[in-house]
Formats: sequence, structure tokens, C-alpha cells
Amino acid sequence: MLRDIFSKRRKYATITNPSSSPSTEKKEIPEGLMVKCNQCGAISYTKELEKNLKVCPSCGFHFSMNAFERVLATLDDGHFFEYDSEMISVDPLSFPDYLEKVEKDREKTGLNEAVLTGEGTIMGYPVVLGVMDSRFRMGSMGSVVGEKIYLAIEKAMAKKYPFILFSASGGARMQEGVLSLMQMAKTSAALARLSEQKGLFISIMTNPTTGGVSASFASLGDYNLAEPGALIGFAGRRIIEQTIRQELPKDFQTAEFLLQHGQLDMVVNRKEMKNVLGKILSIHSNRGDE
Amino acid sequence: MPNDLQFEKPLVELKAKIAELRKFTEEKGIDFTEEISKLEEKARNLQKEIYGNLTPWQRVQIARHPERPTTLDYIKHIFTDFLELHGDRLFGDDPAIVGGIGRLENQPVTVIGHQKGKDTKDNIARNFGMPHPEGYRKALRLMKQADKFNRPIICFINTPGAYPGIAAEERGQSEAIARNLLEMAALTVPVICVVTGEGGSGGALALGIGNRLLMMENSFYSVISPEGAAALLWKDASLAQRAAEHMKITAKDLLELGVIDEIIPEPMGGAQKDIEKQCQFMKEALVNNLKKLNEKSGEQLKEERYQKFAKIGEYTTFVHSSNI
Repeated sequence: MLRDIFSKRRKYATITNPSSSPSTEKKEIPEGLMVKCNQCGAISYTKELEKNLKVCPSCGFHFSMNAFERVLATLDDGHFFEYDSEMISVDPLSFPDYLEKVEKDREKTGLNEAVLTGEGTIMGYPVVLGVMDSRFRMGSMGSVVGEKIYLAIEKAMAKKYPFILFSASGGARMQEGVLSLMQMAKTSAALARLSEQKGLFISIMTNPTTGGVSASFASLGDYNLAEPGALIGFAGRRIIEQTIRQELPKDFQTAEFLLQHGQLDMVVNRKEMKNVLGKILSIHSNRGDE
Repeated sequence: MPNDLQFEKPLVELKAKIAELRKFTEEKGIDFTEEISKLEEKARNLQKEIYGNLTPWQRVQIARHPERPTTLDYIKHIFTDFLELHGDRLFGDDPAIVGGIGRLENQPVTVIGHQKGKDTKDNIARNFGMPHPEGYRKALRLMKQADKFNRPIICFINTPGAYPGIAAEERGQSEAIARNLLEMAALTVPVICVVTGEGGSGGALALGIGNRLLMMENSFYSVISPEGAAALLWKDASLAQRAAEHMKITAKDLLELGVIDEIIPEPMGGAQKDIEKQCQFMKEALVNNLKKLNEKSGEQLKEERYQKFAKIGEYTTFVHSSNI
């Protein structure tokens, strides 16, 4: 039944928000039968590309994936029991045009907010899963995103399930001001508690994971993984360039750059992701105390 | 006074005039007493008018005032036996964050804070109070030490933000901030955080997970600087003043939003007008809050801190029938 929801929404799969990755070249897949890779220029059938988890068959470039596609690609049979699906944003600062923008993104994406949370299994192992979607307000974290992630972590503690989160976010949501900032504290505090209970948290950073999301839960995994080429960092490229008055190297703040500087455990190709997660879950399921 | 703010100009000019008349009275023996008292009355009214109704943008300017007291000022005036401690034991010592041990009215405490400079040279040395990862890791090291020895922690927050630079990214600015958020949440000693000037986003929050969160009257705390917000919203950083009005960043706003617990008053016109008096206000607030926290157990402190942040956020629930 839940899969029906997803299949109905698959029509959205070929539409991505051009504003979702402001600091990189246009990477969305245009609507239509054929798709041209932005990295190598190879042309593939849209359907073929989707079957290939939106990884370019000739160069391995990772097109951005929306939250529904990610859930389908990650959980066994795409079976997903969603938590807190009806939670939506309010406008605590009376910020100009904020709710209109949220409403527009709800229509565009079929999501109620920038994160989906819920549970399912990966290679038979039950997990609590969170997936962010950069098409929704650039995946930014306001009160709803913070609360949903916080509640998902609490669920993971209560059920003693591992917590897995795919990040895709430009950072804290400006329109909710300091309340957004405090979501960094709230989610990190929940992870502190999960960690004390020896709960497992796997963080996967996808393009982009920056600002307040990178500076809170996304960096706090027992395992920090990332997809190839993903933009990951604290400060925006433009701000750094303005501050230091010099151009940054091309690979600055990519997943590979972070790996090289000791900030990640692994860079994992999307097509290997489920396998890698399965292996980690399997090793953890053999813990002596279970 | 080269550091007077634009909106203070009328008052400054009036005060200069009064001083001039006084000088005349003394030197030339001409009696201006009546004029002086009239002008003084006028100055008092003007002062009330200017400082009694500060706009968010004016408060931002006071919060960034170059003569505003810094963490080391508060340490000097409030704490005894203070010893500054250095280094993160991993990479280096970040001068943008200072920390150490001392006493607050005889009780041993750990004090940590962002440190801005007072002039250009000093500011360059302090990197304008913008820490690198090693600054946050030094802070965390000192907090864990405090936790081990059961010492309360006091954090003074005053930064434009964590430093946006190449080295900072290479050494994991994000991870350093995130780690502090997680570890501070788990501390079992009283933690009091005070925003003393600029509360610049994640770079401020990384010292901000306290049992009590206090803000000085003219400080601000924001997810993005007013300039940054204006640049994003209207592609024009010069509209920062307008952004400051929208963003709800003043102490009063944050009290109303339920994010902070208390506002520490400032002398008329801002902390820089009377640093000693400001330190008295600060000390009073710290002592009062610490007294209450001293009565609680470690587990209680941790639980209350967790709940404090867990409840922040505003949202609603609603079933979107057409979607399901």
C-alpha cells in the first residue's frame, strides 16, 4: 500500500529543483525521454538511468535523488512505514512569503517537509531511516525537520534500532531564524543520548550537505559516509572566497576532499550503498550483548 | 570619541557643548550655570529618547562596538585565581577562544569564551573572534576537564561566526561544532551560557548548550548575520537593517520565543559605557543562576538541558488529504 504512494509519485522522479545545488553546475535531469550527463555529456534513456539509481552509466556521475527514490533504493522492497508525515511548518517569525514558498515546494515535491522519517528493513535488518530532500527549501532545517529527526532518533532508542540518515541540505532555514539554529542543538542532543545507549548511527552525506546540517547531526555518525562528488562543508564557497580573497581549488569541499582530510570514513558509490549499509548492520548485529 | 555610533551623534554633540560651557565658566569666569543646567536637562531627555527605544539594528551596532567588554574583561572583573589554559592537544591553540579555571565567589569554575580584539592589531591576532576547529576542540577539552572534576562551566558567547576559511574546512569545522553540541548535551555539571555581543550562528551555538541561556540587553543571536540574510533575501547586504527587523534576533525576541531564560541589563547606552557596572550586573546574574543549579544532581542537570532544547521549535500537524 505504501509502495503505491511512491509509485504514484514517481512521476516526480525526473524533476529536480535547479536551486538544490547552488554552488555546483546544473545537475538536474530534464524532463523527457533522454538525459544528458552534465559531467561527461553521455546521453542515456531516462528509464535506464533511473534503473541505474541515477548514476551515469559511462562516467559514474551521481545525479541528485529525491527522498522517495532514496527510500526505494535503500529499504527492502521499498517497504517504508513513515513517521510524523503530517507535520508541517508554521511561520514563527512572520517572515515575508515564507509559507507561500513552503506551500509551493509541497506541491512541487509531494513532500510535506524537507525530510522523510520512518522505518523499514535493509537486508533484513530493521532500521529507523531519515532521508532529506534538497528540492524542498534546499533541504533546509527548520522546526519541522529538526523535530522529525529528533523524534526519529527517540524512536530508534525506544525500539533499539540503528538510525540511518541521508543528508541533503543547504543548512539551517533562515526563515525560522534562531529556532532553526536551535534544531542543531536538539538533534545533536538526541544523538548524544542514542550514543550513550550504545545505539548505532550511520550518517550518509549526499549532495549538498552544508552549513548547520553539516555542523550538527550529519557529522556525528558512528560511521560517516558520503556519495562521490557530494558537496560537503560548513561555510559556502562564495563566502570563503570573499573572506580569503582567492579562488578555491575545484575539488574543495567534495566528498573526496573530505576523505583525504580525514573527515569521512568512506566515499561509497550509490550502487554499492545498500551493500555497505548491510555489511555495517550485519557486523553490529553480532555484538556480544545481543 | 571616534567610536561613537551614528545614532548617538546628537547626544555626543550636546555633551560636548556642555563641556565647552563648563570650561568657559571656569576659565573666563563667565557664569553659564543656567544654560548648563538647561542643556543637561535636554541631554537627559535626549538620552532617554535615544537609548530607551533602540531598534534591533542599533542594538546590533552596540553589540559590535569595538569598546564592548570582551571575555577577558569579564574574567578580570568577576573571577579570582584565574589561570588561562591553552591548546586542543591535537593541532594548536586558537586565540579566538580563551578558557581556563578560576573562582566565582570562591566556587571553582571553568570559564570559556570567544575573544575579540579591542583594536585592529589585537583583532587580527584574535581573528576577530572567529574560531577555527582547534578553538572549539580546546573549549571541548576544557569542558570535559570541568565535567571530570565536577566544576560548573560558564561560557561567554561573542563571535561573528566560525571562521570560513580553507584550513578551517580541512580540519573539520563542521565536525568540531557538531561534536561540541553533542558533548555539551551530555555534561553532568551546571552550564551557564551568556551571549555578550554577537551570537553568530553555529559558531556561537558551539559554546551554547547550557542549562541556562542568558543574553545581555544589547546582544543578538541569529542563524545568519543581518548582512548575510539581506544578501540572500534581497541580493543586497546594505539592507541589513531591514533584515535585522525581520529576523527576531534581539534578547527580548529570544525571550519571547522561549529560547533564552533571562536578559542581563546593561548600563544606559550599552556595556561599553561603564564596564565595571556591567561586570557587576554580569556577576550578579551568574551567581544567582549558579546558586540554583548547584542544588541539582548531575543527572538532573543533564536531563533538564536535554528537555530544554528538545522543546524548542514551532510546527503544526495536518493531514494533506489530496496527497494520500
